[in-house]
Amino acid sequence: MITIKYFAWVRERIGKAEEALELPAGVITVADLAQHLAGLGDEYAYAFENPGIVRAALDKRHVSPDTAIANSREVAFFPPMTGG
Amino acid sequence: MVVRVTEAPFDLGREAQALSHGRTDVGAVVTFSGICRDEAGALNALTLECYVEMAEAELLRLEAEARSRWPLTGVTIIHRHGRIVPGEDIMMVAVASAHRAAAFEAAMFLMDYLKTRAPFWKSEELSDGARSWVAAKAEDDAAAARW
Repeated sequence: MITIKYFAWVRERIGKAEEALELPAGVITVADLAQHLAGLGDEYAYAFENPGIVRAALDKRHVSPDTAIANSREVAFFPPMTGG
Repeated sequence: MVVRVTEAPFDLGREAQALSHGRTDVGAVVTFSGICRDEAGALNALTLECYVEMAEAELLRLEAEARSRWPLTGVTIIHRHGRIVPGEDIMMVAVASAHRAAAFEAAMFLMDYLKTRAPFWKSEELSDGARSWVAAKAEDDAAAARW
């Protein structure tokens, strides 16, 4: 099982902050996971409607979409950051 | 070195003074503070959402990167989350070094990197009751890329 966290408008669109998921066969990279999630329902499709915008982190480190999830415990999806 | 992610206010002056307090090797302290502005009356408050565990880890990584690039005697990064009203501090960076160039450059580097890498998201609460997420700016990416 992997923990998936959502933040800001990604969280609002999906309607939850966190969930746990068994990674389906064939989901290797972060981009694969985003694509899988986008197929789970309208709220997910809305959150991932523009996959180039949503950023990801694996175990609290920024990663590019082609990064393998491998043995990560936590993945997070979020919009571009606006702190500072 | 201080990295703090908190909902609580901070004292910019006290944090800056702590970087030279009791030592004689510090020749320069540069501080930056980001403050909530009211956009000419249009904004009631900002609410900052934060991925707290990652923010702390990421700010520590940025701090370590700054230390590897410049000879710094101290770095303090404090970033608030939660609801913040106009006039309140949102965040601060203070950098100490023997000489000003390193302190200025490292402070700017930290701010440019923090803007694009620290997991905080601002939402605006407008005076007409509307609420919206602040969009990231392309110039922030460009500013970070120059380092």
